[in-house]
Amino acid sequence: MSETKRALPALLPAAPIALPSRSERRLTNGLTVIAIRRPAVPLVEVRLRIPFAKAHLARGALLSQTLFSGTEEMSTVDIAAELQAVGGGLSASVDPDRLLITGNSLAAGLPRILEILGSVLDGAAYPSDEVATERDRLVDSIQVAKSQPAHLAREALLRRLYGSHPYAVQTPEPEQVRAVRPAQLRALHAERVHPAGATLVLVGDFQPKRALDTAEAVLGAWNGGGKDVTLRPAPQPTPGPVLLVDRPGSVQSSLRMALPAVPRTHPDHAALQLANLVFGGYFSSRWVENIREDKGYTYGPHSLVEHAVAGSTVLVSAEVATEVTGPALLETWYELGRLASLPPGEEELEQARQYALGTLKLGMSTQAGLAGLATTYAGAGLRLDYLAAYSEHLATVTRDEVAAAAARYLAPARAVTVILGDAEKIEVPVAALAEVELE
Amino acid sequence: MKIPATKYPVERFTLDNGLRVVLAPDRSAPVIGVAVVYDVGIRSEPEGRTGFAHLFEHLMFQGSENLEKLAHFRHVQGAGGTFNGSTHLDYTDYFETLPSGALERALFLEADRMRGPRLTEENLRNQVDVVKEEIRVNVLNRPYGGFPWLKLPPVMFDTFPNAHDGYGSFEDLESATVADAEEFFARYYACGNAVLAVAGDLDVAETMELVKRHFGDVPARPAPPRPDFDEPDLTQERRESYADRLAPLPAIASAWRVPDPIEAFTDYLPYVVLAEVLTDGESSRLVERLVLRDRTVTSVGGYIGFMGEPFEVRGPTAALLQYHLPPGGDVDKVLRAADEELERLATDGISAQELGRVQARMATHLLRDTDAVLGRALRIAVLEEQRGAPELINDLPRLVGEVTPAQISAAAASLTPGRRASIEVIPGAGK
Repeated sequence: MSETKRALPALLPAAPIALPSRSERRLTNGLTVIAIRRPAVPLVEVRLRIPFAKAHLARGALLSQTLFSGTEEMSTVDIAAELQAVGGGLSASVDPDRLLITGNSLAAGLPRILEILGSVLDGAAYPSDEVATERDRLVDSIQVAKSQPAHLAREALLRRLYGSHPYAVQTPEPEQVRAVRPAQLRALHAERVHPAGATLVLVGDFQPKRALDTAEAVLGAWNGGGKDVTLRPAPQPTPGPVLLVDRPGSVQSSLRMALPAVPRTHPDHAALQLANLVFGGYFSSRWVENIREDKGYTYGPHSLVEHAVAGSTVLVSAEVATEVTGPALLETWYELGRLASLPPGEEELEQARQYALGTLKLGMSTQAGLAGLATTYAGAGLRLDYLAAYSEHLATVTRDEVAAAAARYLAPARAVTVILGDAEKIEVPVAALAEVELE
Repeated sequence: MKIPATKYPVERFTLDNGLRVVLAPDRSAPVIGVAVVYDVGIRSEPEGRTGFAHLFEHLMFQGSENLEKLAHFRHVQGAGGTFNGSTHLDYTDYFETLPSGALERALFLEADRMRGPRLTEENLRNQVDVVKEEIRVNVLNRPYGGFPWLKLPPVMFDTFPNAHDGYGSFEDLESATVADAEEFFARYYACGNAVLAVAGDLDVAETMELVKRHFGDVPARPAPPRPDFDEPDLTQERRESYADRLAPLPAIASAWRVPDPIEAFTDYLPYVVLAEVLTDGESSRLVERLVLRDRTVTSVGGYIGFMGEPFEVRGPTAALLQYHLPPGGDVDKVLRAADEELERLATDGISAQELGRVQARMATHLLRDTDAVLGRALRIAVLEEQRGAPELINDLPRLVGEVTPAQISAAAASLTPGRRASIEVIPGAGK
């Protein structure tokens, strides 16, 4: 140890958030195209978000795995090779709100990657052999997911949280996937893969207006139509007994809680974000400092506000050692309850505020980060300029407002709690703290 | 498609105390990435102390000369930044990404722990518990935990540094002492054994002043001699299996020794490209054959180094292929088919067109890694640490693009069954 204490250097004042140059155009077929310039590396990022609410679960999942499995002119291998030739790649995924196509390529490859994307959007053929191959692969990957505690805990939480809402079940069962036929994929594609309501986001080393021209020239002919499908609002969490899901032999318990939350456009949004950070939303939070850095119960506990189109939720997650399942649950309730009952300290609130503001800048400092943000925001009807307004809100929200948000949204009495673990070992300790329902 | 050349500025300095510094200014976003890399990793941990390099990494976050426990995390995050550290076979890194106004603070934090972490019994016991939970999450409580990066080295290698479990046994972790940690720090965490890299929104001259201010008085300590970890190549095939009680489906991974990534870079690079020729995407050799045609595997992956970082590993290392199989899948059939494909590449070669598209895709991946200031800082730090050549960051896409069809064939020809080490996962779920 040295004799003289060294002083922590001050931070230089932060510049206000600066948005990259960007352009937007609505094509006549209904497709919205957003082009954002970030020329730091000679690449482009591509995202296409197509609304997909209420699409058949198993068919939607398999469609996302076979969208690039061939057209009239090209095979799976041709498509992949053509993309690779411009340093490119494309893949698709689904969730209960949207079909998302994600890719990137060398900057000079933008016209080509969009051409290939266009040919698939207009002419994906879902050939029988390829569909059969991908069907088996999807079934296998679902089997593997079902052996992973994080997946099983999430499934149980969603079921408990959402009941009969489409968000309740987000992974199809293997037998549902096995029943899907190519004709059904073609029908689903014809019904739902359309430009109306869809957003194409391009980020990269280009002039935004020229990128829009390229997108319009290539995708302007993608057939119009499609239908507008919206989900009913997702229910807010309905508290009940702690749901215990048995996983015999599990050496950890997967603790999950869901709490109510509000969408990004709600006046409480910034206050809730900060309240969540103070609770458990980053490393320097009360909960992480308590159950990891003080007690060593867990490695990576985290809490976040998850937004979907039909509703938002606070999700609290930790994998804790089996023998400390009861104590970890108790500390979690304690930290939620403490924040819901007493206002946060000035200093810890400022720290959370700086973290929220700083990480917004980090999030928009890469092509992929910007592409993700712009796509996610587009799904909520927002644009990148939301970042400026949100920053302002984070900077000015008061301690009282944060305390009020914590009381409203983070009260442990409002939590839905699920624990996946070895019931033989954890049922008694958990039942000492709360009513338990064993699944 | 022509692979674009980049000319990112990369500046190198060495302080009087031996600390090497690399700066990569890029003012395209108001953020910086700060990385400190120490030339010590899993291969250097002592026998009886498996997992110690990683446990020690955790201890570097537990306070230092001027910082209480928890202070490091709070100062980084309270400046709007994120942090982490990670332990690799040949190095350990510590890093932050922050808004650029926090540059001096980040330098202060890194310098403070370079002068000396607070190594206490209480912090050690706490972090042993945390690391055990980390191992449970990543290895013990999930299917395919540690496959193949912890499971294959003991099949392929015979010496402790290369073969042992880098996450560590609970027994070894629990028996670690504060004295062990002090000795490890004294030996390996010398500033002569470290590189500091900063990338992003910075001015080179101003940043050098700040670096000197904070790191200039870190006591000069030379790097310890680095042992030669080399082992002879395999002379006959090795194959082992283990039961994974959580795994629902079979899997197998194979590895072959490759030329030294540093000393024989020109001979090594074709293997990096070959791994992509074999496994990158639906148009790659093994995906087309095994996934799409034979349907004998559900996925295949190929890469160099047990941690999959071809430009951040020293020798001895390996080219790996790993396969996940459908229910009842036949691993021998899969290995035979892969051998056929390797032979076909060796004998019939690869067209310039096929190789060119793989190289274009590799360029995209390499460039994409460095779009983030942290990706750039980490890469130049390790390139400096291991090669004394951080400017290689600009050359890698081009050098990958210069690998020839003949080199790919020669590399494929060397991946023979007789030089192969394999580890098979016997699924035990539901049994």
